[in-house]
Amino acid sequence: MLPALVGLAFLLMPLLALLIRAPWRTLPEQLTSAEVWQALRLSLVSATAATAVSLVLGVPLAWLLARTDFPGRRLVRALVTLPLVLPPVVGGVALLLALGRGGVIGRWLDAWFGITLPFTTVAVVVAEAFVAMPFLVISVEGTLRAADPRYEEAAATLGASRFTAFRRVTLPMIAPGVAAGAVLAWARALGEFGATITFAGNFPGRTQTMPLAVYLALHHDPDAAIVLSLVLLAVSIAVLAGLRDRWMTPSV
Amino acid sequence: MTDLDGTPAGARAQESPGQGLDARLVVERGTFRLDVSLTVSPGEVVALLGPNGAGKTTALRALAGLVPLTGGHLRLDGADLGHAPPEARPVGVVFQDYLLFPHLSALDNVAFGPRCRGAGRAEARAQAAEWLARMGLSGHAGVKPRRLSGGQAQRVALARALAVRPRLLLLDEPLAALDARTRLEVRAQLRRHLEGFEAMAVLVTHDPLDAMVLADRLVVVEHGRVVQEGTPSEIARRPRTDYIARLVGLNLYRGRAAGHTVRLADGPALTTSEDLSGPVFVAFPPSAVTLHRDRPTGSSARNLWRCEVAGLETHGDQIRVALTGPLPLTADLTALAAAELGLRPGAVVWAAVKAAQTHAYPA
Repeated sequence: MLPALVGLAFLLMPLLALLIRAPWRTLPEQLTSAEVWQALRLSLVSATAATAVSLVLGVPLAWLLARTDFPGRRLVRALVTLPLVLPPVVGGVALLLALGRGGVIGRWLDAWFGITLPFTTVAVVVAEAFVAMPFLVISVEGTLRAADPRYEEAAATLGASRFTAFRRVTLPMIAPGVAAGAVLAWARALGEFGATITFAGNFPGRTQTMPLAVYLALHHDPDAAIVLSLVLLAVSIAVLAGLRDRWMTPSV
Repeated sequence: MTDLDGTPAGARAQESPGQGLDARLVVERGTFRLDVSLTVSPGEVVALLGPNGAGKTTALRALAGLVPLTGGHLRLDGADLGHAPPEARPVGVVFQDYLLFPHLSALDNVAFGPRCRGAGRAEARAQAAEWLARMGLSGHAGVKPRRLSGGQAQRVALARALAVRPRLLLLDEPLAALDARTRLEVRAQLRRHLEGFEAMAVLVTHDPLDAMVLADRLVVVEHGRVVQEGTPSEIARRPRTDYIARLVGLNLYRGRAAGHTVRLADGPALTTSEDLSGPVFVAFPPSAVTLHRDRPTGSSARNLWRCEVAGLETHGDQIRVALTGPLPLTADLTALAAAELGLRPGAVVWAAVKAAQTHAYPA
């Protein structure tokens, strides 16, 4: 009983401290400052874009892992989950080496199209998607495995191609799992720090997302850091509350 | 019937070249090998009957294209479909647990096939509404599958399969998921729908009653092979394996005949009414067996054995007695007779069968 209470306190105390130390009096001014809004807007936009990228690329990948069997599938699955455990900073370095101006792929992007990714808003999205997509893939793959593949067979006997069967039968049936995975990915992208600061840098208005702004503010303006943290906490709680019903009850 | 003179089942394919289903389904998976020849003429309903694990469902899935053939061939109205993907086959399937799409209404489930096969949304829904009306389900068009009863879900599944206008309708244990009362009703409805269906139908079942009520012809599959095929009455009269004999409730033995005497492979001789020679089957119903506590003296029965009661069970208003002795036997008698004989497991009785009540036929 006691360890459980200690555990609970351990998880809640820091959040409580955040609320206790919040500069409630100056909060309205802090909140309306241009910097906060800039960082918040960039964070929301880039996290949403990263989630969209994860959905477009991650759902087919999850289908491949769950529904097909090919040599090396287990290895591929392990590699897909690697970003889950990889320190995000390492992910940022790896992204630089791949997509940086002198990187393995980035060199060609620069030479052929004149595209340089690092230190742009697109780089923020790339870094966040790299870190967040595995959450979505794992969540969707698990839901797909639990879903009965014979519904796809039934659709095939009715004349549906694989793609039609997936779009009109499987996808609606696994929608709760996809939504859960998307929210996880979105939350992970919103909080992303290491890969972003390494690959995209820390330029206000362009690549400075909320977590980066919090970290920077902590040194010269602690009150601003607390306010920014409160905003992130509020967004997280809103997401949890908003999607609770959809998670708990299957949409069937 | 071809199986009486030993012609392989597939030989009937030549009857109507180009029309109907002509298939030899070979599927090898690990140690299991399915090798079933199957022909169905237009308008015919064929039942694949067999015990669990015999390969019936695999055969059905191979016909639908859900399991690849490792050998043999599959021709439907002359077209080679052996390697066609399921969505390219003119086949409709009613799955055992129906597999109605849970997120779609009954109407949209039925409209799914026509939509996939090129109909516009409005047209597909109009066709679906028509099919539901034909099944007596117009009032349930907007209902999600989980709110349908078992019998209603079965009819929606049938409507969904028929809505793509298949040349071949496949039904996997169509009545297995229903309770006894619904089953009776749905069986009769299904029979009417199959009678009105001008194309071919293959149904898989382990229930001989379903097979006999619904099908024009039975194909009995055991251990991945066809062991017998024929009309329901032929199979009921002349079973060729223990499995079928048990299904239709007959005592069945195999032996070698010389005149009216049949010597069983590992048992006594039986006297029969038919005059035959060579390998034969002998069958008689449990009701042909009479039991006596002492050796009957004045009896005209030629077949008389001393047996031991192995088990008793009620069977309708009769008692069915399983006997061991020179040959395994089942006998039916009334509860009164069983009581008078003092039957209990281990009791010794004399069993008699009149030659006139046995039926011998070439093996």
